[in-house]
Amino acid sequence: MLEINNLHVKLESEDKAILKGLSLSIEAGSVHAIMGPNGSGKSTLSYVLAGREGYEVTEGSATLDGTDLLGMEPEERAAHGLFLAFQYPVEIPGVGNMTFLRTALNAQRKARGEAEVSSGDFLKLVRAKAKDLKIDAEMLKRPVNVGFSGGEKKRNEILQMALLEPKMCILDETDSGLDVDAMKLVSDGVNALRDAGRAFLVITHYQRLLDHIRPDVVHILAGGRIVQTGGPELALEVERNGYADILAGVPA
Amino acid sequence: MSAVSFRAQRLATRLAVAARRIAELPDCETPAWAAPARDAALARLAALGLPEKRDEYWRYTDPDRLTASDVRPAEVFRITDERPMYEGIDRLRLVFVDGVFDPAQSDPIAGEGFELSRLSEAAQIHWAADLFGTLEAAGQSPVPRPLAALNTATAREGVLIRVTGRVTRPVSLIYRRESETADVALHHVLRLEPGAELTLLENGPVGARSSIVIEAELGDGAQLHHVRTMGRDHQRKGITHLFARLGAGARMKSFTLSMNGRLVRNEVMVWLTGEGAVAHVAGAALGDGVFHHDDTVFIHHQAPGCESRQVFKKVLHHGAIGVFQGKILVDAVAQKTDGYQISQSLMLDDDCQFLAKPELEIYADDVKCSHGSTSGEIDRTHLFYLRSRGIPEDEAKRLLVLSFLAEALAEIDRPDIAEDMHLRLRRWLGKRS
Repeated sequence: MLEINNLHVKLESEDKAILKGLSLSIEAGSVHAIMGPNGSGKSTLSYVLAGREGYEVTEGSATLDGTDLLGMEPEERAAHGLFLAFQYPVEIPGVGNMTFLRTALNAQRKARGEAEVSSGDFLKLVRAKAKDLKIDAEMLKRPVNVGFSGGEKKRNEILQMALLEPKMCILDETDSGLDVDAMKLVSDGVNALRDAGRAFLVITHYQRLLDHIRPDVVHILAGGRIVQTGGPELALEVERNGYADILAGVPA
Repeated sequence: MSAVSFRAQRLATRLAVAARRIAELPDCETPAWAAPARDAALARLAALGLPEKRDEYWRYTDPDRLTASDVRPAEVFRITDERPMYEGIDRLRLVFVDGVFDPAQSDPIAGEGFELSRLSEAAQIHWAADLFGTLEAAGQSPVPRPLAALNTATAREGVLIRVTGRVTRPVSLIYRRESETADVALHHVLRLEPGAELTLLENGPVGARSSIVIEAELGDGAQLHHVRTMGRDHQRKGITHLFARLGAGARMKSFTLSMNGRLVRNEVMVWLTGEGAVAHVAGAALGDGVFHHDDTVFIHHQAPGCESRQVFKKVLHHGAIGVFQGKILVDAVAQKTDGYQISQSLMLDDDCQFLAKPELEIYADDVKCSHGSTSGEIDRTHLFYLRSRGIPEDEAKRLLVLSFLAEALAEIDRPDIAEDMHLRLRRWLGKRS
């Protein structure tokens, strides 16, 4: 589903390479996790895939279901089924959460040539999805993420994901700032979306999120490259021994 | 030549210009009760002279087109692509065409808890006689506002409303234009007796050039909601003055939404004279292209425990210019004052200008006053967040403009009016015209 081949990325503003030949292949129905030390390029990878400005791809490719991602605007990538759950969801005062969700859903449907969802149908849809994530009517009415706790913001990200039904979901450090209960709630929300037609890329520092969202494949990202790939046991090894052992075996 | 005589000569020139302008003024058919106030206003104008670009108070806005004796023709902008403002909201509609009251388009004047008459109606005596021109005269200090005096002297029309009860049905003043050259002056007087309540709405293009003065006296515990829209008539040139004096526990909220307009200056002068009075003045302005929009606000705390808020937001595009001059003056007796002032601009490109002069002058020692002024662009992180959800760039920007204006729009109390304002704003943003 998501094919990344020899991706090289640098910052637009300075001559600093961040990703240096990253390759990754994620098939439909699977969950891949990426772990890595600070500064290894994890967040850059998620931003480059979602189309954030400020980065320059100098080499390589990334495709979603065979379509080139890197040439598309961020909104086009979203309409093609890519979703990034932000590490730090943005607060937008004065824009109601419901307005935001409906605008996003209908914009994507319009881009795909599908009919817009009526306000009545939309209300039913949102209420059903919100209930599973324990998001109450009050939270839906408030401006986007304004005054939300860390956990509420992450639940709101998962609500957007549930509503937009993307094919390829990237979760950027979704566990950061979450207590144990909130992590379980968020993970349950993600697990409920696991489906043969959908794939996940879970970016995390810590193994504990992977206790809740069980990955099929675990990658270690260091120095802008995938340096090791394995099963869930690789995450446990990192948890026990840190990255030092793994990185020791990698040529700089 | 010495500095003193240079200044004296400048003043002499200024007064000579004013005297010429006064001599040119057409005869004003005035109701007898207003004649003394008119004469006094003319005398004030003769003594003050007209404003000039080099005046400190007019540093950012050239008053030339507002003071000139000739009015440049302005194309009549007809809005055909949107529903009338406040449609569906029950209100007393009073229509003025080129500044002339049009009874045929207006609702019959009826209702409980208030009496309403017009400035153009002849009468020997009137309750408004001791208010008309009074607040305007008081508002000439500490900063002269000669254009308000000119208005008192010459305005032919206006509404005079005395409110004794809680009036829930808004009084809606609708301004329309037919002529390309109408030079319109309207002067409204509001007296809210203690505990009375009124909502006053104003909308529509007033004239090729316009001057509107509102004098509002709020008795103890009275409440005035004032919502004004100045929308889309690109060639609008005008000035407004709102003078309001508030008694103990009285509350006033005034909100103005502006869209385009070549030259607009909205001046507000508020006196908080009774303990616990509250005044909120807010504005949201959108300028695209040839646009000069000036909010000049002066709030004078004269009693303890009063609250004032000034919230002004301007969205500027394609060379638009936004001006904000705001002052909070706190007298020594006005302990426990709560004063807040924010003025912000959102620049959609690099050609725009935002000129802000926030001022605090505080003589009491136990007060809470804050002010802030910023100028910025659309936040790229916010924009990316919205786009990453599939919202196209233009629409995402519109949402962020609404987000920027939200704090000002929150100053509208009535939900039905706020909703109408919101929908209109969204449509205007979509059109950009």
